Amino acid sequence: MSAPQPLSLRPADLKGAAGDLLKVGGRMQMSYAWYPEPNRLELRYVASLPHQAAFAQWRCEPDGPVPSLAGICPLLSWYEREITDLFGISFSDHPQPHRLVLHEGVAAGHPPLDPGYPAERPLVVERKRQQIPDLAGAGADVQLLPFGPVRADVLESGEFLFFYVGESILHFQPRLFFKHRGMEKRFEGLEADQGVVLAERVSGIGSVAHALAYCQAVEAAAGCEVPARARLLRVVLAEMERLYNHLHYFGHLCHTTTLKVGEAEGKLLEERAKQLNARLAGSRLLRSLVTIGGLRRDLDPQGWLAGELQALHGKFSAYARHMESTDSHLDRLITTGRLDHRVALDQGATGPIERASGIDRDLRRDHPYAAYGELSPDIAVRSEGDAHARARARMAEVDAGIALIERALGRLAGGPLRADCKIRPGAEGLGWSESPRGTLFYAVHFGRDGKLKRVKIKSPSFSNWRVFPFTVHDTNMMDYAINEASFGLTIAGCDR
Amino acid sequence: MPQWTLLGLLQGKQTAPWPLAEGDDGQAGFIGMPRYHPELCGDDCKGCADACPTHAITMPANGDGRLDIDYGRCIVCQLCTEACPTGAVAASGDWAFGVTGRDDLVWRDDAAAAPASDVAAPAGFRRSLHVRHVDAGSCNGCESELQALNNAFYNLHRLGVFFTASPRAADLLLVTGPVTHAMLEPLRATYEAMAEPRWVMAIGTCAVSGGIVEGGYACGHGLEGVLTVDVYLPGCPPNPAAIIEALLMFLKRSPQRVRGSRLGE
Repeated sequence: MSAPQPLSLRPADLKGAAGDLLKVGGRMQMSYAWYPEPNRLELRYVASLPHQAAFAQWRCEPDGPVPSLAGICPLLSWYEREITDLFGISFSDHPQPHRLVLHEGVAAGHPPLDPGYPAERPLVVERKRQQIPDLAGAGADVQLLPFGPVRADVLESGEFLFFYVGESILHFQPRLFFKHRGMEKRFEGLEADQGVVLAERVSGIGSVAHALAYCQAVEAAAGCEVPARARLLRVVLAEMERLYNHLHYFGHLCHTTTLKVGEAEGKLLEERAKQLNARLAGSRLLRSLVTIGGLRRDLDPQGWLAGELQALHGKFSAYARHMESTDSHLDRLITTGRLDHRVALDQGATGPIERASGIDRDLRRDHPYAAYGELSPDIAVRSEGDAHARARARMAEVDAGIALIERALGRLAGGPLRADCKIRPGAEGLGWSESPRGTLFYAVHFGRDGKLKRVKIKSPSFSNWRVFPFTVHDTNMMDYAINEASFGLTIAGCDR
Repeated sequence: MPQWTLLGLLQGKQTAPWPLAEGDDGQAGFIGMPRYHPELCGDDCKGCADACPTHAITMPANGDGRLDIDYGRCIVCQLCTEACPTGAVAASGDWAFGVTGRDDLVWRDDAAAAPASDVAAPAGFRRSLHVRHVDAGSCNGCESELQALNNAFYNLHRLGVFFTASPRAADLLLVTGPVTHAMLEPLRATYEAMAEPRWVMAIGTCAVSGGIVEGGYACGHGLEGVLTVDVYLPGCPPNPAAIIEALLMFLKRSPQRVRGSRLGE
């Protein structure tokens, strides 16, 4: 997984290079900033190229405001705003030059990811009203409904602004990052192996995906090879994580279409899957296993896990058949929250969301890691782009995921579990995994002392929250909850 | 629609008899808080303290070589159990760590003799406790387990505990997360909106002490210094059974099982 040296670009050449990338069918994956030296900031851009397993990387040292690429690659808009908030670097001609990660009330002038910012100094917050888009031109009939950050039910915190007339939503604006914990800075100065427990706690229901992407980034930096048994067991864990997440998804989706037994069944199946997790791994969220170089301890899935999964799969298939033959449920999903292929591509949709809008992309197949290369995962793609397509994409992933676990278990042989990984001072690495919600990246940079100097986390929900409002504008209030459920978003990973 | 009714009926009763009667509590295989056996400690060994990422285990300088252990800081990562050469800190299935006094999460040698903390819980709640949850910056792990309480297996409703949308209708505020700078004010506003008498439960190690993300530029120290806490339940995340036990303990329908950070029978 060792990547080629990043290509150096001058700020003035960024736009041309981005245009060329799009022309050949490439796609920007993320952008971040870091300080190779205390006074030298560098921007990084990570892109995928068609039919190429390695990711392309650019580096660029700003000599003033950097030309914004958001006009060419709209999906970069949030990355640039995040860099402005956390590093104080400004981008010229940015179409949305507003705060994102740090809210309006946070005092300016002390970007917290600046190396000079003391690790334990809290942000200075002056309570200030947020900027609300001016929709006065639309007339006095436009109502504003601010919802959150504390919402009904047991839900993650986030605020949502609805501008509506009657039932019609004119404009929808999520305001996230209430849960911003400064996770990336917490890695700084740690030894590589101390970072794993932290990565597991960035997004709790993506613990395996996060630990895996982080460990693979460190393993890439160290150039170490994970033993075969550990690679197969990593696939088992990652697919078990996908399974309970997707089962939860269907329970919640049925909740929004008021299919009560469907809700109960989905959540019960999720519980059964989590109980299998505890039996297999000692942790319902599958924590405390993945580590740098392999796994912390061995698992014993032989003789029982395949049978339990088969039984669960039988129940799921019946459940899925019921959902697919219930008109009242399907009526609420079909044509709801349609995400156009072009918008999905431009705005950076990922995971089941992009695959439901006709983008045939999955890291497990296109940029294989762990043992996915030898297990040939089936990737389901649909073209409709509506809530139903998003549900169907996940249904297919439950089937494919269980098949993957069975294949991995079939190949499981004895052998070592963990390789020794020696970190070279100054090394860097990129790691990724296809989490249940899509593309997850970790970029790690080590300092001369061999400790973590910078860790960048790109979670799938950071991408999909950017995309989601495009399916809400010009729809109606009745469909909102269904549409949101059909995206299956989390906030913790996005906010970090 | 009849097909759904049939699907439901054919499944039979899926709800666990626990905690109302003996039976499967659904926690098989779950690894909980490490168990401490000080008598097994090697001389001057502090492998567990060095391995602990949240300083739940510390070796005080100039001490007698004994460890200080605070389960209110434990994130159940098991690194200490792997570092311990003698089994003095060992993996266990202990999870019923809900306590009414923060002190009961800190190791005491004389735990058995120590009196129980004063239970601040109310009298008069019988089968109708209304709970409002606030996510003050959690990783979503605690939410995942809180949401599980309403699945058919645990079916929290049967115990007379209900999640409510409005803080005005809530008796108990259930807080997860380390309390980020942006959630501090919404959290306080939610608490202020509750009618008195009102109570607060810290769910998960982040809410108890800040956990692994304590401090830094964006996080606080959990509910410390923010709200007065009536029940502490560490865990990362606490499993659904632990949350149910803590709720029942709050309602005085179940005893506090941990004293001086030791789980009794």
